[in-house]
Amino acid sequence: MKNPLDSLWGTVLCGLALTAVLYWLVRAAMTGG
Amino acid sequence: MELVQYGLGRWLHILAGVMWVGLLYYFNFVQAAAMKDAQADGTAAGIAKHVAPRALFWFRWAAVVTWLAGMMLLGDKADEAFLFKERAYMPIGVGAWLGTIMFFNVWAIIWPNQRKILGLAPASEEEKASARRVAFLASRLNVALSMPMLFFMTASGGLFRRAVFGA
Repeated sequence: MKNPLDSLWGTVLCGLALTAVLYWLVRAAMTGG
Repeated sequence: MELVQYGLGRWLHILAGVMWVGLLYYFNFVQAAAMKDAQADGTAAGIAKHVAPRALFWFRWAAVVTWLAGMMLLGDKADEAFLFKERAYMPIGVGAWLGTIMFFNVWAIIWPNQRKILGLAPASEEEKASARRVAFLASRLNVALSMPMLFFMTASGGLFRRAVFGA
């Protein structure tokens, strides 16, 4: 499998996905669900 | 004292952070592609000799100033942020962790490998090739981490935190 970090757009997509996941986790932790 | 910690501290944190992340984006969005083209037409030596060392100097020291100013801003709340002790400190805690991982990447992975690539530390051709790959991936990882880091840093204060996180 190709490493997404080899591509600039793959890197940006990884960053966006990580932002969304962390946002969901932190919001859930802060609001209790 | 609060003027220094919160006023000047935040200003310095953002000034240095712009330089750090700006140079990170320069390396990844501009220089990496330019080096490929320059290697193809035999002009890469100029970038490697005159541009990269200067950019790396400001890059790694801007990272130090950004991180230290960030720690000064957190002050005695650093443990609440890093250990997620209080809900209100969770967003800045995540931002602080991401920034700290990026800072570690700069000084423990990118810079030692760049020293080999630029000939500032002894390395065989094989070691240089390996250093290029490691430094490249660590730099790309920092680009990916910079996106949530900036999101959490900018959405962590008062009005913004309540609007974005609902608490």
